Amino acid sequence: MPVTIALAGNPNSGKTTMFNALTGSSQRVGNWPGVTVDKKEGRLKKYKDVTIIDLPGIYSLSPYTLEEVISRDYLVNEKPDVIINIVDGSNIERNLYLTTQILDVGIPVVIALNMIDIVNKSGDIIDIKKLSETLSCPVIETSAQKGTGLEALTKKAIELAKAGKKGTFKRQFSKPVELALSNIAELIKNNVPDENLRWYSIKFFERDEKVLERITLSDVIKGKIEQIILACEEELDDNSASIIASESYEYISDVVRSYVKKSRSGTTLSDKIDSIVTSRWLGLPIFAAIMFLVYYVSVSTVGSYVTDFTNDMFVGEWIQAPLANWLTSIGTAEWMIGLIVDGIVGGLGAIIGFLPQMLILFFFLAILEDSGYMARIAFLMDRIFRKVGLSGKSFIPLLIGTGCGVPGIMAARTIEQQNDRRMTIMTTTFMPCGAKLPLIALISSAVFGGTWWVAPSAYFLGIGAVVISGIILKKTKLFMGESSPFVIELPAYHIPMAGNVIRSMFERGSSFVKKAFTVYTLASILVWFGASFGFVNGTFGLVDNLNNSVLHNIGNSLALIFAPLGFGRWETTVASIMGLAAKEQVVGVFGVLTSIGNEDLALEMVDSANVGGLSPIAALFSSGIAAYSFLIFNLLCAPCFAAMNTIRTEMNNWKWTVFAIGYECVFAYVIALIFYQLGTFFSGGSFTAGTAVAFILLAVLLFMLFRPAPKQHDIEKSDSNLSATAGVSE
Amino acid sequence: MASLREVPCGQTVTVIKICGEGALKRRIMDMGITKGVEIFVRKVAPLGDPVEVKVRGYELSLRKTDAEMIEVK
Repeated sequence: MPVTIALAGNPNSGKTTMFNALTGSSQRVGNWPGVTVDKKEGRLKKYKDVTIIDLPGIYSLSPYTLEEVISRDYLVNEKPDVIINIVDGSNIERNLYLTTQILDVGIPVVIALNMIDIVNKSGDIIDIKKLSETLSCPVIETSAQKGTGLEALTKKAIELAKAGKKGTFKRQFSKPVELALSNIAELIKNNVPDENLRWYSIKFFERDEKVLERITLSDVIKGKIEQIILACEEELDDNSASIIASESYEYISDVVRSYVKKSRSGTTLSDKIDSIVTSRWLGLPIFAAIMFLVYYVSVSTVGSYVTDFTNDMFVGEWIQAPLANWLTSIGTAEWMIGLIVDGIVGGLGAIIGFLPQMLILFFFLAILEDSGYMARIAFLMDRIFRKVGLSGKSFIPLLIGTGCGVPGIMAARTIEQQNDRRMTIMTTTFMPCGAKLPLIALISSAVFGGTWWVAPSAYFLGIGAVVISGIILKKTKLFMGESSPFVIELPAYHIPMAGNVIRSMFERGSSFVKKAFTVYTLASILVWFGASFGFVNGTFGLVDNLNNSVLHNIGNSLALIFAPLGFGRWETTVASIMGLAAKEQVVGVFGVLTSIGNEDLALEMVDSANVGGLSPIAALFSSGIAAYSFLIFNLLCAPCFAAMNTIRTEMNNWKWTVFAIGYECVFAYVIALIFYQLGTFFSGGSFTAGTAVAFILLAVLLFMLFRPAPKQHDIEKSDSNLSATAGVSE
Repeated sequence: MASLREVPCGQTVTVIKICGEGALKRRIMDMGITKGVEIFVRKVAPLGDPVEVKVRGYELSLRKTDAEMIEVK
């Protein structure tokens, strides 16, 4: 008989370690439908017909966070055969709170009293037998890390599943609440499944929106239920949901007081570490040092070395060159070689080129998460980032984004609050990534004679764009809808487990590669096609010169759009389009299109800051202001295809993807326009229609920046319209 | 009677009431801050916000504006 076991528990209760220990290498990672919350499934070791579903780590089954809603929907609707509830024995009180809610659901439960080794070491004594009797479910002592108790745990779980018995747990609430619950149960018993009756009664009592939405009751019954709740609320002088939460904790406190003997040990090692690592004076320097280390290793030194190696040596010399030779030797047509070697392999190579650096970054990310430091980063940085609608944890994506936007965007997954995560995904690529550096160097050398301020100004531009966008977007309905409370656990420090770190690193790496290939390859082929084909003397075919290519025609027709930004030439337009394939291509395109005539030569000139040699590129721009405006647009607009595709996979929602990329392009356009028009005007230009538009846009921008945030009740009112009209619904 | 926000570091207080409603209140209570529980205020973040408290045997961090909703004595 096939058995489905659901794994439920608090974050930091050792659930991931437990899941890995139980399923080994038979895991499949996917998404829960429509959201970017990992759904992990695996087969229990040695049992072919036992499936284990890893639910997200949660503290409660309230209807307010995505993870909680996913978990409870799964438990109530999909009805696994048995639930293994992982309880951190060293933090038993808060962990049992979720347990009481899980027991209410009515599915058989086995409690894995985890981290029992830590409990024993600290001298705490837990009366397992009494605990098991009180909660009327088996309690098995385990240590997922050491691998103890797992056999007994799974045996018990399968036994319960096969017996098919319902849970018999019934905790006693206070008299008024119990009365209300039994009255509600009487009213709804024909509308809900029998085994979940207790759970539904409690949810109706709590006025749980998600449940009210799903179960249709007549208005008469609804009115009766409301009467029952109101009477109880009056008697106990609190709202119903708070009554349930309070009484649950009172119940647990009693249980813990009776069956857990705490040894009064003073400060733990974790406390001592924390008193230094997040202290008033050392907290920020230590944070800066850790971030520097992560950045230095993964972006500056090891990371850039392995990226260059995979791009130039591995893909370029070991794959592309021999492949081209071989294709030539068997007499393949030239255009076909171009398509295969430059278009397809080059496109795939770019993804593979990202991979080593991404793995290094994901390695550090996993260590930060597993050790418990990630929560401290949120604690340290929250004050700065929440002002601009981001989370303290947004620091990491933004920092990584200065190396490469792709892992930067993926790092946003560590942010729990949906709004903060979306905002981070949208703004991460404003930071100048490694591939944008040649472009910055080009403008700096060719137009500004290599002055010192261009490069740092690009970083300030990026930070400014993040801050301005954060403030503007935070005040829009899209991001105001639900406030994201910052009430987070600071888990005890742990030495990261090698197995968890490595697994998480490869999971993230492979999820990118899997999803990236198709879209990215297609996009590379399109760009390659546009650059390599065109009309010569009326016939369509392969062209040697970009001047005759399809891209040239497209550039010409789009150039007008960029005229208000000061660079309405087809060369600059084509360069911007090619920048979508990879940002460093912009320099190469200029090399090809100007009298320099060669991509590599242009790159070399930029490297050696050869101002004179680059003058043909400088000649493309009418003024320094126009050139800088070009830089602004290219730094802020849509990132490369790889990053855009990562935005898509991380948003896991087409509308949000389009909104994010559209916003980036519009924002880049507006800022470049304001800069160019006002820059020209204030440096002695005449007042034109463009100047007027720039002033208007500036006024709009300033208004959106400084307008007071709309009041909460206005937003709630317009929320329903929004999801209908803008279609940004979950 | 005061809010948790005004409690200096190093003091232990008892929760009387949690004001407000909705997701934030529920989250605060889900994390174990309910009527009658003891809270030890451990420290303030280096930038002055949020605060770190010990409640029900574990460390919890919350913003000062949210701490204002918690009445203590």
